[in-house]
Amino acid sequence: MSATTLIPRGPVTTEEQWSLPSRGKIAMYSLIIGESAIFTIFVVAYVFYIGKSLYGPTPQILEVPVLNTICLLSSSFTIWLSERALERNKMKLFGALWALTLALGAVFLVGTGFEWYDLIYHKGLTISTNLFGTTFYSLVGLHATHVVFGLIGLTTVLIFTLMGKVKEEHCERIQVLALYWHFVDAVWVVVFTVVYILGR
Amino acid sequence: MADHTLPIGGTLDVTPERLSRPTFLEWVTDWVTTVDHKKLGLMYIIYSVVFLLVGGAEAMAIRIQLMFPNSHFVAPDTYNRLFTMHGTTMVFLMGMPFLFGLANYVMPLQIGARDMAFPRLNAFSFWLTAFGGLMLYYSFIGGSGLYGVGNAPDVTWWFYAPLTSRAFSPGHGVDYWALSLIVSGIGTLGFAINTLATVFSMRCKGMTLLRMPLFSWVVTVASGLLLITITPLTAAQIMLTIDRYLGGHFFDTQAGGSAVVWMHFFWIFGHPEVYVLVFPAFAIANEVIPVFSRKAIFGYPAMVAATVGIAFISMGVWAHHMFTVGMTSVSNTFFVLSTELVGVPTGIKIFNWLATMWGGKIRFKTPMLFLTAFLFQFLIAGLTGIILSIAPFDWQLHNSYFVIAHFHYMLVGAIIFAVSGGFYYWYPKATGRMMSETIGKWHFWLFLIGFHVTFDTMHFVGLEGMPRSIYSYPADRGWQHLNVIISIGGFIQAIAMLLFAYNLIWSLRKGEVAGNDPWDAWTLEWATSSPPPVYNFAVEPEVRSRRPLWDLKHPEDPDWKYE
Repeated sequence: MSATTLIPRGPVTTEEQWSLPSRGKIAMYSLIIGESAIFTIFVVAYVFYIGKSLYGPTPQILEVPVLNTICLLSSSFTIWLSERALERNKMKLFGALWALTLALGAVFLVGTGFEWYDLIYHKGLTISTNLFGTTFYSLVGLHATHVVFGLIGLTTVLIFTLMGKVKEEHCERIQVLALYWHFVDAVWVVVFTVVYILGR
Repeated sequence: MADHTLPIGGTLDVTPERLSRPTFLEWVTDWVTTVDHKKLGLMYIIYSVVFLLVGGAEAMAIRIQLMFPNSHFVAPDTYNRLFTMHGTTMVFLMGMPFLFGLANYVMPLQIGARDMAFPRLNAFSFWLTAFGGLMLYYSFIGGSGLYGVGNAPDVTWWFYAPLTSRAFSPGHGVDYWALSLIVSGIGTLGFAINTLATVFSMRCKGMTLLRMPLFSWVVTVASGLLLITITPLTAAQIMLTIDRYLGGHFFDTQAGGSAVVWMHFFWIFGHPEVYVLVFPAFAIANEVIPVFSRKAIFGYPAMVAATVGIAFISMGVWAHHMFTVGMTSVSNTFFVLSTELVGVPTGIKIFNWLATMWGGKIRFKTPMLFLTAFLFQFLIAGLTGIILSIAPFDWQLHNSYFVIAHFHYMLVGAIIFAVSGGFYYWYPKATGRMMSETIGKWHFWLFLIGFHVTFDTMHFVGLEGMPRSIYSYPADRGWQHLNVIISIGGFIQAIAMLLFAYNLIWSLRKGEVAGNDPWDAWTLEWATSSPPPVYNFAVEPEVRSRRPLWDLKHPEDPDWKYE
C-alpha cells in the first residue's frame, strides 16, 4: 500500500456537456414507485374482498366525501401554482399559496376524521367488525397516513417560509416535496374510485 | 505490485500525516456515526458474515437432527424454530445485507463518485437493517425466552395463514418476524432509493449508462426490483399485524378472509426476492470472469438486456410456488410458461460468461475457481428449476427435498460460491491485503466437495419422497443412508466455512500487501489506493470507455476506439 493516491484521468476531456438528473427527484420517483407497490397490494386486497364479508355493515353505509375530494385534488393545483411563484421569486405569493395547500390538506384530514367518527359511533363499523371494516380502514387509513406525512412536510416548509429562510434556490427541494404531494393526491383518485364508486 | 507500472499521470500525495492512535471510544464513535459508504458497506458485510455463520450453525443442528431416523437431538418445537430462523436468516439477514454491503462499497467507486447520493439515508438504512435483524434474534431471549428457544418464530419462513393467526400461534414469534422485517424492509427501501439516485445522478464525467461496469448495472436493476419487491411484503406484514393486534380479518377464513391471498402476497414478494438474492452473484461474475480470463466481457449490451429481462419476467412467476394450491388450469399454464421464460435471459448470461472465458488466458486464482464452479452449479440449479416449473412434475415433488436441493443449489451452489469469490476479489481493495491463496484453495475444494456431497444427494432423497420441514422420519423409509451422506457433506461445508472465516481474520494482519491493483483489473475502484481514502478520488475521474483502467494502461490501444 503506497502512500500515494493514483488519480485516473481520461485521455481526452469529454467535450459535450455532462449533466445528470437531480438526485432528489430520482429518489422521490423511486419512493413513489415503492409506495405504489404498497398501495397496489392494499387496493388488490380491497377489490378482492368486495362483497366477501359474511355479515354487515356493508359498504352501502358509506357517504361519498365530495368536499374532501375537491379539497385534496385542488391542493395539487395550488401547490403547482406555488412552485411557479417560487420559480419567479414571488415570495409572498408562494407563501400564501403554500398555506392554502396546507389548509386544503388539513380540511381533507379533518373531514376523514369526521367520517370515521360517524362510522364508528353511529354506524357501528370498526376495523375488527367485519372484513369490510378491516379492508376499508386499512386502505383509507394508509392513505390518510400518507396525508399526515405530507402535512408534516408542508408545515415544515411553511414555518421556514414564515421565518424567511426559503429562497429561490430551494426551488428543487420544494419541487421534490410537491412531487410527493401530487402522488398522495393521485393515490386518492384510485382509492376514491375503488372504495366509493366501484365498491359501493 | 502491478500499480507501479500504471502509466497514470497526476499522481498526488494527499494522504494526511498519521495522527496518534484513536482511543477505543473514538474508534467506536467513528464507526457508529459514520456516513461513509465504504465503512457502511463493510458493516453490512460483517453483519451478513456473522449471520451466515449463525444461519449455518442452525443448518448444522438441522442436519444432525435428520442424520438418523427417530432422532432426538433437538425437541420438535425447537426444530421448527431452527428451520424457520435458518430460512429467514439466510434470506433477510445474510443474502440481502451482503448485496447492500458490496454494492455500497464497490458501486460508488466504480462509477467514480465521492459517496452515495444520500450518505445519511445510507447510515439510517444500515441501522434499520441491523436493528431489524437484532430484534428478530431477540425473540430467542425476549419475553419468556430461551428454554426451547423462547419466542422465535416456528411456522416456516413463508408464514402461511391461518397458522399465523392468534389462535394457532399464540406466542409472539409471528410478531417478532413481522415487525423486525417491516423495520429492516424500510432500511431496504432506503438502500434501493439511494442506489438508484446514486447511479442516475452521481456518475463521473463520461460514464454514460452504457459505459457503466456491469457490476453497477446489476446492482441498479436489483435496486429497482427491490423497490417493487420488498414493499408488497411490508404491506402483507402490516395486514398480518392488523389481523393479530387489531382484530382484522384479512386472512381470517371464518370471517370471509382468504388464506390463499396471503400466499399470493407472500410470493409476489418471495419470488422476485430470489432474483434479488442471485443478482449479487451475477454482479460478481460480471467482474471476476473477464478480469481472470483477460478479456473484456462478451456481449455487454446483451448482458444489460438480460439483467433487465430477468427482473421484468421475475415479477410474473410467483404462483409457481402454488401449483398444489388448486389454481385454474389457465393460471397454472401461465405460470409454467412464464417461469420457463426465465431460462432465456439466464441462458444468455451463461453463454456470455462462457464466451468471455473462451479463448481467454484464464488465471485460476481463488476468485476464478469459485466463479467457475458458480457457472456450472448455477446451470444445474436452473435446469432443476425448469423441471420444477412443469406443474404436473411439481405436484409430484412439491415440498419434497428435491425442491430443497434445487433452491440450495441456487442459494449455496450459485450465490455463496460467487459471494466467496467476490470476497477473495475485493478483500485486497477494502483491507490493503491479499487473502491467503493456500487457505483459499483449501476453502474452495473442501466447500466444493461438501456442497456436492450434500446437495447432489438431496435430490435423490427428495425423489424418494422425503418431505421438507419434517422433524424426523421412521427407519423403514429407506432415507437413512442418504441422510447420513447429506449430513457428512454438511460437516465438510461447515469446516470450509470456518476456514473461510479464519482466512478473513488471518489475512487482515498477515496477508501479503496488495497494492492498488493486485488483479490487473479495469474498473475505477482499482485506480485508487487500497483501502481507498475517505474521499475516494482526489480528482474526479473521467472515462471514455467501459474499461477506463485498460485505457490508462494501454494508451496505444484504448478501448474507446472500438466502442
